[in-house]
Amino acid sequence: MTKEFALTVDRIKCDGRGLCAELLPEMIRLDEWGYPIIAAGPIPQHLIPLAQRAVEDCPVLALAFRRTERSKGG
Amino acid sequence: MSNSILWYTTRGAGAVTLVLLSAVVVMGILSALRVQSTGWPRFLTTGLHRNLALMTLVFLALHIVTAVIDPFTNLGWGAALIPFSSHYRTLWLGLGVVAFELLLAIVVTSLLRNLIGHYAWRAIHWLTYASWPIAVVHGFGTGTDAWSAWLIVVTAACIAAVGTAALYRMLTGSTDPLASPRTEFRAGVQRRELP
Repeated sequence: MTKEFALTVDRIKCDGRGLCAELLPEMIRLDEWGYPIIAAGPIPQHLIPLAQRAVEDCPVLALAFRRTERSKGG
Repeated sequence: MSNSILWYTTRGAGAVTLVLLSAVVVMGILSALRVQSTGWPRFLTTGLHRNLALMTLVFLALHIVTAVIDPFTNLGWGAALIPFSSHYRTLWLGLGVVAFELLLAIVVTSLLRNLIGHYAWRAIHWLTYASWPIAVVHGFGTGTDAWSAWLIVVTAACIAAVGTAALYRMLTGSTDPLASPRTEFRAGVQRRELP
């Protein structure tokens, strides 16, 4: 089993500030109203520091890590 | 000579703190207004707001510590921590203590934002609008340099910057791109009667 992290956005808290898409454009883009659309699946290892920054910088605490466990090769 | 170094340091650090704190307040307002341009992304406003705030605390600590250990006023730590307990310029120094403690509450809750949640954090963050003016009044009231031309210019520039930003914020409505659909939705929900 390996632990992996995905990004998740709380749609109630999010009010479309858009900092996350600036900090992590590799995984987050904005819809036409400025709300984030997050790439599905685990965060690639090399993007984890940037993802961390995006989570910390969200002004309304709407972005979070979600831990997902999956078996190797699964 | 070493005594007057402490005294000059506390005055200088106080002035620097005022400038930094005003910049922090302006950055905070700009981030709430979602200001951005091609050369100025939104995370820059937030990053400056947070890092300048921590830098403000450093100069504020210098301002307070040098004021306390300076033998001329002989303040003691009590006067620095308990508002209006100082024998020296009781009111004006007390206002400085109040501004400092409000600021401390704002910074500590910001560092613990994940624990206390967004709404509690935000409620306490509004105290900025008390802390900053109190700090300005403290500077005018007790500042040894308060009526020297250079500090009047600096203080006036700070008041103008924060005042303009705050006024602009008051006059600007919600910056949420979905503000009007949200309001409509909430009004619709409230109109429905319980079965």
